[in-house]
Amino acid sequence: MITIKSEREIELMRQSGKLTAMVLDMLEEEIRPGMTTKQLDRMAEEFIRDHHGVPSFLNYAPKGDPDVTPYPAALCVSINEEVVHGVPSDRRIVREGDIVSVDCGVYKGGYHGDAARTYVLGSIDEKVQQLVDVTRECLDLGIAQAIEGNRLHDISAAVEGHARSFGFSVIENMVGHGIGSELHEDPPVPNYGRRHTGVTLREGMALAIEPMIALGRSRRAVSRKGGWVAVTEDGKPSAHFEHTVIVRPGQAEVLTLSLRERNVA
Amino acid sequence: MAKEEAIEIEGVIVDALPNAQFKVKLENGLEVLAHVSGKIRMHYIRILPGDKVKVQISPYDISKGRITYRYK
Repeated sequence: MITIKSEREIELMRQSGKLTAMVLDMLEEEIRPGMTTKQLDRMAEEFIRDHHGVPSFLNYAPKGDPDVTPYPAALCVSINEEVVHGVPSDRRIVREGDIVSVDCGVYKGGYHGDAARTYVLGSIDEKVQQLVDVTRECLDLGIAQAIEGNRLHDISAAVEGHARSFGFSVIENMVGHGIGSELHEDPPVPNYGRRHTGVTLREGMALAIEPMIALGRSRRAVSRKGGWVAVTEDGKPSAHFEHTVIVRPGQAEVLTLSLRERNVA
Repeated sequence: MAKEEAIEIEGVIVDALPNAQFKVKLENGLEVLAHVSGKIRMHYIRILPGDKVKVQISPYDISKGRITYRYK
């Protein structure tokens, strides 16, 4: 069931979305080679709680899979070939030359915000830099399609088309999602699909659009049984960007804009 | 946080049930009740216990699935 959010709800979602973006802005400033992913997680959780929010991911358990333990952290920190759901650890260190995808969710005022960015540490391979840039562009192109009257898979097709035109592969078993009072709501928002298919978008739908794009040809992100972290099948790096958006006529409203994006707008 | 969609997964037929339904043991150890897709039925592709198959799992009820391919 897809819910249409009222303006009152959207105002609350703006608050949680803004805090989500602030966490990612803060981490962008703080992240340094040599830090452990657990350090990042601790900073994020403190920051969220200081701002009267609750980390959405902490203790999150997907419905229906008894093997998966509830998610143990506030952030997902996924390095290089890790696509998503990297669990922060004291033993995992981010290094110069890594690309680090950080996904963060904040629950505040009864609603969730969800956003992700891929940070680049130091100088990296040109091809990998291009992957990060293109994934970022995929997100923008997807958001541009999230307007009233379009169909859901117009978003998917825009993301897929852009990624494929550079020869990158799209991760198909991980998808974006509706969002609101639950972290994962209907509809699933895949990053691949045909234009003019899927449900018709209406004003007030809240979607988390999140392209996960990989070098190489892996179409799935696989995790070990019972484990959270999902990696590309061929071990090639992958990038991940995500925004929480509200479908509007003409142009979507993005709730998780970074400080930089807000200044441009 | 990205949502995982168990779109397609491989498994082995454990048991053949009436109505073209099968018990399938998946790679990940779960057992699901799966029916045969229309396309497989149309082409009279026979499926027997022990066969390796591809199964689509419904995100709504992960105990049910749809057999979309039988490996040779």
